[in-house]
Amino acid sequence: MAEKVLMKGNEAMAESAIRAGCRFFFGYPITPQTELAAYMSKQMPKCGGTYLQAESEIAAINMVYGASAAGARVMTSSSSPGISLKGEGISYMAGCDLPGVIVNVQRGGPGLGGIQPSQSDYWQATRATGHGDFQIMVYAPSTVQEMADYAYLAFDKADEYRIPVMILADGMLGQMMEPVLMPEPKDELPEKPWATTGHKNERKHNIVDSLYLTPDALERLNRERFERYEVIKANEQRAELFMCDDAEIVLVAFGASARIARSAVVAAREQGIKAGLIRPITLWPFPTDAFESVMDTARDFLVVEMNMGQMVEDVRLVSEGRVPVEFFGRTGGIIPTPAEVLKRIEAAHERVGE
Amino acid sequence: MSAEEKVVFERPHALLPVITNYCPGCPHGIVHRLVAETIDELGIEGETVGVAPVGCAVTSVDFFGCDMIEAAHGRAPAVATAVKRVHPNNVVFAYQGDGDLASIGMAETVHAATRGENITVIFINNAIYGMTGGQMAPTSLPHQITQTSPYGRDTTTAGFPIRVSELLSSLDGVAYLERVTVDSPKNVRKAKKAIKKAFQNQIDGVGYSLIEVVSTCPTNWGLSPQDSFNWMRENMLPYYPLGVYKDVVADGFANAAEAAAARSADCPVAHPEKAGA
Repeated sequence: MAEKVLMKGNEAMAESAIRAGCRFFFGYPITPQTELAAYMSKQMPKCGGTYLQAESEIAAINMVYGASAAGARVMTSSSSPGISLKGEGISYMAGCDLPGVIVNVQRGGPGLGGIQPSQSDYWQATRATGHGDFQIMVYAPSTVQEMADYAYLAFDKADEYRIPVMILADGMLGQMMEPVLMPEPKDELPEKPWATTGHKNERKHNIVDSLYLTPDALERLNRERFERYEVIKANEQRAELFMCDDAEIVLVAFGASARIARSAVVAAREQGIKAGLIRPITLWPFPTDAFESVMDTARDFLVVEMNMGQMVEDVRLVSEGRVPVEFFGRTGGIIPTPAEVLKRIEAAHERVGE
Repeated sequence: MSAEEKVVFERPHALLPVITNYCPGCPHGIVHRLVAETIDELGIEGETVGVAPVGCAVTSVDFFGCDMIEAAHGRAPAVATAVKRVHPNNVVFAYQGDGDLASIGMAETVHAATRGENITVIFINNAIYGMTGGQMAPTSLPHQITQTSPYGRDTTTAGFPIRVSELLSSLDGVAYLERVTVDSPKNVRKAKKAIKKAFQNQIDGVGYSLIEVVSTCPTNWGLSPQDSFNWMRENMLPYYPLGVYKDVVADGFANAAEAAAARSADCPVAHPEKAGA
């Protein structure tokens, strides 16, 4: 019988990745994801895996690209400034339809920013991780348990859709400890007949490539890839609805800020305010279905983020003017307090009226 | 074919029967052939994975018969590192140009070399960016005229060319470095020998091997293929002398690690096995 263990979020993601069959980790030191790489450097040699500290974030993501091309389950982790450097490699992975898992334990930006928790890479993760027409799947865990669960699931989804998958965490989730139940180690991994493993004189040579000098060919491939994205949008949306059944003031928050928003919702309910919370777990695909399910009761969306307002734009796109969308955020590494969020809920409640 | 006739020359199996997109007179064709002949002779096509980064030879993913991976500009050593780590029994080679290897990918080059990755690198140094139309490269010579050094490379502002083989020869992870060219049958044979040795080293676990091929770019140099070779002999070979820059086996070591251990013999922390001796 498996037992819960007390783990840091960063370590839980690492252990869970190993259990998902990841035997290759390439990274570069950066705060606040340090524990993840340290855990990998300790555990990989014990399970026949490879931990390699790359010379740069750029080299690390290109090692992920190479290991993925060679058919392996592979992971890298970093924090915001490092993810910017990985953008090139992630774009190439998308262009070559290579699976792989990228962890971003976000910190405040722009530039060197700070080392305190932030959610200011939402746009980067969901809009423009790198150049070109592509998306990656993005999971936003909110607990250490979810960090383990989605790190585990990310490998399956990456292989299923041949897509890079990001775990968008932050310094608060990465550093905090909670009890976690680890998933079972996988012993069977999917076949990858497309991988460059050496053709053994048994098949035509495999090519991993994103270069298409003929515009027609490139357009056709991009269109095919976006058809796959439509399948992902239809099948892979995930969100948690908390106290949403009759909710008028619907908060929207992911990751660390969702923990605070949840407390604020509970406090608002105690005052008799019909508040609820939509917590997107997949940021891409954005869980539009969850929003549709509250449109009948919702009179106000209050988006709470640890940034200057990024996911709020996706909420406006879903709402399409049907429900007003407001924003409350703290930035620079500051975590909003439940009390400040509650004040916003109260104000919204007053505005909306009885 | 009559009984007396026998095949003495044919396309290597590892070079696919396709039309390449290289310019007339470009030595890529010669070097591709030498790599493919090597793969055939060592019987490793089924185990070989090639990595072709951005540059003219990025399209070689379609020309070599082994499994091939395109890499981002400069990143082939990182990609090749990972492929080799995943499949240590595969033969992994990177085929890179000078802008790719010595400019945008210099960090990846130096670190793959210093890690002693057991891979083979074929480095084409023709002192110019070919694919983008003839810009100044890290190996462009002083006063060499290119599209982006129209008054000649001014070393006071653009700095000096990088001698890659000399630079890498100081690194402990490196097993074998040789600079060759392919301007004559004699030199082609020498280049072939070096390339084959660089692949054999990998199979034998000797370590990181890089062959620098001093080459030409008739199109962007604005010279005929033969005049290009003349210019290369006259100007490039004095700056980039041919020869072996490192060979740990010739130095009496089994591999790069052994040579590195001998070099650091007086450093106690590097030699825990000597503790208490």
